[in-house]
Amino acid sequence: MYREGAEQGLSPGLKRKWWTERKKEIFSGYLYISPFFILFAIFGLFPMLFSFYLAFQKWNGLGTFKYAGLSNLRFVLEDPLFWKSIYNTILFGILGTLPQIIVAIPLAILLNAAWLKLKGFFRMAIFMPYVTSVAAVAIVFSVIFSEQSSGIMNVVLSYIGLEPVSWKTTEWGVKVAISTMVFWRWVGYNTIIFLAGLQRIPPDLYEAATIDGARPIQQLWHITLPLLKPVIVFVTFLSTIGAWQLFVEPLIFYHRISGVREEAMTVVLYLWKEAFVNSAYGTASATAVLLFIIIAIFSILNLIFSKNIGRVN
Amino acid sequence: MQQTVPTHKKGFSLSRFMIYVSLWIGALISLFPFYWMFVIGTNTADKVNETPPALLPGSEMVRNFMKVMEQVDFFSALANTFITASVTTIGVLFLCSLAGFAFAKLNFPGKNIWFGLLLVTMMVPTQLGLIPSYMIITELGWLNDLKALIVPGLVNAFGVFWMRQYISDAIPDDVFDSAKIDGCSHFRIYWNIVVPTILPAFSTLGIITFMFMWNDFLWPVTVLTDNSIQTLQVAIRSLNDVRFTDYGMVLSGTFWATVPLVIVFLLFNKWFISGLTQGSIK
Repeated sequence: MYREGAEQGLSPGLKRKWWTERKKEIFSGYLYISPFFILFAIFGLFPMLFSFYLAFQKWNGLGTFKYAGLSNLRFVLEDPLFWKSIYNTILFGILGTLPQIIVAIPLAILLNAAWLKLKGFFRMAIFMPYVTSVAAVAIVFSVIFSEQSSGIMNVVLSYIGLEPVSWKTTEWGVKVAISTMVFWRWVGYNTIIFLAGLQRIPPDLYEAATIDGARPIQQLWHITLPLLKPVIVFVTFLSTIGAWQLFVEPLIFYHRISGVREEAMTVVLYLWKEAFVNSAYGTASATAVLLFIIIAIFSILNLIFSKNIGRVN
Repeated sequence: MQQTVPTHKKGFSLSRFMIYVSLWIGALISLFPFYWMFVIGTNTADKVNETPPALLPGSEMVRNFMKVMEQVDFFSALANTFITASVTTIGVLFLCSLAGFAFAKLNFPGKNIWFGLLLVTMMVPTQLGLIPSYMIITELGWLNDLKALIVPGLVNAFGVFWMRQYISDAIPDDVFDSAKIDGCSHFRIYWNIVVPTILPAFSTLGIITFMFMWNDFLWPVTVLTDNSIQTLQVAIRSLNDVRFTDYGMVLSGTFWATVPLVIVFLLFNKWFISGLTQGSIK
């Protein structure tokens, strides 16, 4: 303590004080960050660790836990519906995310054009879907993708000479309908993120390229896209993590959990059904653990991938 | 901007025309479902099943909303949602900025380790602890209580991270040091110097939090199991849950549950989009 005071060059009077400036600062620092860590311990860390414990127990929500060994994990891994839910989640992820990136980048480039009029309006309009709740989106789209041939999507199809589709009962009908909901709600958000990335590119790069005679398409290929790479990685990362958590859209598309068909079953829906419909908290937790492992692998792959891209630049 | 190299002549330009057309199509696709909600919400249920479907607002606005009120207590759900979102937002702004201030400007042992831990927690999806969280809420007796929605959301890693970045950029170290020499306590520095400086960051984080809480679904539907207490999202789901779905009624409820947030968004639109573009990637 004496040394500390001396190092900080405090006056001799302060040196002997027990409640020093340094201690005050340490105290304030820990006090200010403690709410986050306390709440996270209760509602984040503990539940997660407890999920790992529950995954090896048999419990129906009442009574005591019974050790069940690996039987929960085995039950989930042997359940064809679980594998179907994994397959669906991956497919929804690809169909919902990839078109988003393909549409959002050109859209952001258009919205960034200096000569564009009504810029504020277009940005606002394209961002609006993000403001809508997932529940509302799912309800509206379940009407748009109605089974009947009078459903608005089927009417549109009939105008261009196509047969009506059973959006709720066929493998690809379901996939397209639910991916469209995801696409519609998130494409504007991602466009704005790409727009932010574009605005970070120094304009003198384009000026220099223009003077050197580079055509717009060359500028796009050699300046815009390479410099946008970190943002593309960021968006892909968030979208893939988000894709694994798909839940609300299929639930509301079929009105109630018992109505969800296997074409639309996702991993979180499977977990929720096991827990809150079947009261099988052990198998539900085993599903959570498996989901945790999947997301961890995806995050690590993403990190490695983005590190490599960083090195190239 | 690039006047030195004119790439096109003044007047009609086909490529620009095509760009405007595609942007208008994009805007229409984005806005159509809002309009459609209103159209169906003001028509009778039969109109949904007509070919071609109704495309103009009808005269059933009041009657459909009365039907919504028969199914759910819309205004108490609105009040619950508003209270939950507001209290959480105030908590997030205060606690996240306080923690962000500590990480940005104060020195204490282990600071970097704690900050690293905070970043790690951002990558963990909360759904993984859904069942034990539900058990904790049951143990606390908070099932069907707004506390179950508010308390876990009072502070989050994203907010702390975001506030730390903003505070370390916005407040120079010497301002902080001289305030300390003047004998200001840390909380006085936070309250008198930090808070007035970071008001723009408050507005963006505030809107993000408010919007997230307003629209949240999975957690409310898990812990609000009783129909007597609902948020708007839970309420519109229970409208949709009725066996013989009257879409005029369902979309009327959905529309009026969406309107308040759209108004908030349109009021703060400028701040929100610019704040998001500044804060999201750093």
